[in-house]
Amino acid sequence: MTESIYPLLALSCPALGSVLILISGKRPNVREAWTLLASLFQFVIILSMVPAILDGKKIVCFLFTMFPGIDFGFHVDAFGLLFALTASSLWILVSIYSIGYMRALEEHAQTRFYFCFALAILGAMGVSLSGNLATMYIFYEILTVSTYPLVAHEQSSEALFAGRKYLAYLLTGGCFLLGAIALTYSISGTTDFRPGGVLTGAMASPSMFILLFILFIIGFMKAAYFPFHSWLPTAMVAPTPVSALLHAVAVVKAGVFGVVRIVTYIYGVDLMGELGLGILLAFFAGFTMIVASLFAIAQDNLKRRLAYSTISQLSFIVFGVALLSPMGVTGAMIHIPFHGFMKITLFLCAGSILVVSGKKNISEMSGVGRTMPITMLAFTVGVLGMCGVPPIAGFISKWYLGLGAIQSGHFIFLALLLIASLLDVVYFYPIIRTAFFQKIWTHELLPGDQEAPVEVFIQRPPVLEMRRPLYFFMLIPLTITASFSILFCLFPNLFSIYSLAQMAVRDLFRGL
Amino acid sequence: MVEHFPVLVVVLSLLSSITIFIAGWISRKTPCYLSTATLLGQFIASLFILHHVMTIGPIHYRLGGWVPPWGIEYVMDALNAYILVVLLFLGLVCVIYSKRNIEHELPQKVVSFYTIYQLLITGLCGITVTGDIFNMYVFIEITCLSAYALIASRGKIALKASFTYLVLGSIGACFFLLGIGFLYSVTGSLNIHDLSIFLPPFYGNKVVRAAFVFFIVGLSIKMALFPLHTWLPDAHAFAPSEISAMLSGIIIEVSTYAFIRVAFSVFTVNFIKLLPVFEILSWIAALAIVIGSVLAIAQSNLKRMLAYSSVANMGYIMLAVGLSMSAARYPWSGLTPASMHILNHALMKGCLFLIAGAFIYKADLWEIKDFKGLGRRMPYTCAAFVVAALSMIGVPPSVGFASKLYIILASLEAKKFVFVAVLLLSSLLNLIYFWRVIETMYMKREEGTEHAHSSPVLRDEIPLSMLIPILTLSSLCILMGILWLAKIPTPILDRVNLLFGLVGGPG
Repeated sequence: MTESIYPLLALSCPALGSVLILISGKRPNVREAWTLLASLFQFVIILSMVPAILDGKKIVCFLFTMFPGIDFGFHVDAFGLLFALTASSLWILVSIYSIGYMRALEEHAQTRFYFCFALAILGAMGVSLSGNLATMYIFYEILTVSTYPLVAHEQSSEALFAGRKYLAYLLTGGCFLLGAIALTYSISGTTDFRPGGVLTGAMASPSMFILLFILFIIGFMKAAYFPFHSWLPTAMVAPTPVSALLHAVAVVKAGVFGVVRIVTYIYGVDLMGELGLGILLAFFAGFTMIVASLFAIAQDNLKRRLAYSTISQLSFIVFGVALLSPMGVTGAMIHIPFHGFMKITLFLCAGSILVVSGKKNISEMSGVGRTMPITMLAFTVGVLGMCGVPPIAGFISKWYLGLGAIQSGHFIFLALLLIASLLDVVYFYPIIRTAFFQKIWTHELLPGDQEAPVEVFIQRPPVLEMRRPLYFFMLIPLTITASFSILFCLFPNLFSIYSLAQMAVRDLFRGL
Repeated sequence: MVEHFPVLVVVLSLLSSITIFIAGWISRKTPCYLSTATLLGQFIASLFILHHVMTIGPIHYRLGGWVPPWGIEYVMDALNAYILVVLLFLGLVCVIYSKRNIEHELPQKVVSFYTIYQLLITGLCGITVTGDIFNMYVFIEITCLSAYALIASRGKIALKASFTYLVLGSIGACFFLLGIGFLYSVTGSLNIHDLSIFLPPFYGNKVVRAAFVFFIVGLSIKMALFPLHTWLPDAHAFAPSEISAMLSGIIIEVSTYAFIRVAFSVFTVNFIKLLPVFEILSWIAALAIVIGSVLAIAQSNLKRMLAYSSVANMGYIMLAVGLSMSAARYPWSGLTPASMHILNHALMKGCLFLIAGAFIYKADLWEIKDFKGLGRRMPYTCAAFVVAALSMIGVPPSVGFASKLYIILASLEAKKFVFVAVLLLSSLLNLIYFWRVIETMYMKREEGTEHAHSSPVLRDEIPLSMLIPILTLSSLCILMGILWLAKIPTPILDRVNLLFGLVGGPG
């Protein structure tokens, strides 16, 4: 245990950043400089905590006591740091990307955008570094509320509907979560995250535990499992950087992060096994994995397809934890950063395609591979990673998940995992095929199609992605994330990700 | 020195009221400054009183030196010192706000407005400081009479609203007076402390029990507890906005204070344990929370919506009072959540009503659907609205969250899971009606401007003397929330629990 203000410093970066962004709203260059500076500083601070954690120390930052047994404060452990590292490193890249994206599209209300973005990162950081459920809840709600203006950014009626749906789902979840936290506290007298769980010795009937668990699962609606998923595809009306960082990493991962915390640090692996909740959760997640992939096949809008893919991949993480085996938990934990990097690559590519060629739907994307070769190459890397093809990061996490399924002794889980991976190929392959191999669409009207707006026939001349310097702001981040997706497979211990996961798992399973 | 402050707070206000009336003949500019100065003085005095009560002990002040059964006694303990600070703070904020607003809305009635406003403050202070139950009744009447006049001051439809309040308020006062009469006939004393000593042998007496019921009904009307809330929406909606803020933030809450005083000081914990009153009360309160919120959703007028939200919030306070009888020693036991929410609601609702007033001041906007584009025109006011609304919804770390958390923990401790569900449902209902406003202000595009962002922004903010009170209240919504979570002000409330024999204090 070392007392340190590092967690507080890490949080103050986005907090201070958001204020500065608001102040310098009139000068776009200064405003973006603040965003970049805040993200860089935050990443450095988070990274500087890694060695101490790897030494087996715990970094604690105590602020005040809320209730007996509940402190408001931060408690950095290996797992929390893993999530913090993911979110903060990607924040830098997405900040660079948003400069290109927002300016190229001449979006309105950019100050609000960057301000809320920084606040959302504050929420995500708080979730990852907090030491107990109550503190986590506070940041979890900040994350929910601060992302609303981002989802409804476009201010069209569709965006407003999406925003409303977003809040309705997530704040309802928040209410359940608050109820569950209060109940946990009244049962066990604490909400601290402890590697063995805090509920083990509590005086309550098994049915109470199961009820509480259901409350928690509904509470972490951000993890977007069926049937609480539909806010995520709807939220895809948001600008692409938002979909990329928040709806592939920060927001949804905060939900998954919460589930992992509940399973491993509140219930504890033993209690989960005893109550049979692990198997239940694994089936639940497995169901989502497969059904979400099936839904994804039917989507024509690229971002929506990616959203369903996210839903499916998030459940891989929940699934890994639900296996309650060391390998499964390792796989789940490293899938958080790995999936983050791969999915963000895909989203950034989707955004670039939208900016450069104005195309949103997969069916229109024929020939994109020729006009935007670098982007589509990065996209392909991301896709292969999602499908679990070596040498891309997705392979490693799936490998561990598979080992975890075997370790848990239920081979049906292995089958579920493989089917879900196969489905990944099914819904991703058409995108690649259309982009690279399909002939450029000739505008033929189907017989009987009455509406023939003239504009449709105007063929946009193919635009090269390198045409404008502004596009480089988008091109560079996605190249970086794509190359990291490969590097993570070759060197899984980059940024100590693998060691951190190992560290967390060792704490959880003591000695295994 | 500080021992004299309780009476000073009341008398100063009363004298100031008369002074304002006279000074108003000479200059029409003076009333506001006089009123502000008085309230500032009172507020500082109340802080001294609170400090004295916390460090040295309760203050007993005998008016005119008469010994209690004959003379009137002013008693300051932790509870009413705390309430006094809250009420004078909001009174001060509202009076600063009122300067420009009243000049704009009621230019003909500036003098009478401030005269009656000071009378209102006199009445509220009186209810709070007094240790004599009949005296309390008198002050309740002073408060309500001045409130009737202030509500009616806009004329037209406000007259009807005021009349409804007058009729119902008088019925409530009658019930209260009947209760006092019954108690006097049994004990022969009107002093609260005496009553608490004389009453215990008569706890089984039907007259005493009837008196208790009369108090409940009378004060329920005054505090607009659910089935008796019908006067409130109109009165709150049509009063000048600073009066709406006072009505909602303070006047009905001082009635809850009166209820707490009657229930715990006149009658005691031992009496309440004999009857299932609090059980029933908390169910009624739960109903108030749900129905108040549902009715708020149905409103299209912002001030009416806020008024129904106040009905729901009175439910919060009374639910917390209803749950206060637990014996355990936790930070959330006893009257802590209730007293906490009195302050919190004053901050939130005060802020929201003042903002509603700002919209009316600037553009005569009453209906929520007309708020399109306000987020760009009045950025600070709208930002304050968002903060206060988030606080009402209960997003951490605001005051609303602190209240919600404490009441939830109290219900869990009492094993009343239904109330937990009610509270969580209520925050969702709050979300529905507040988010509609926020969405209209910021997100909905104005007609005719398809590209709202390309049009130049016409910033049209309210004057600084109105903006500062609003921003103060909204920043306090967050700041106090953090202070509550850090439990910095709770020693005051622990003292309250000790006072009434509710086992509380640091757990």
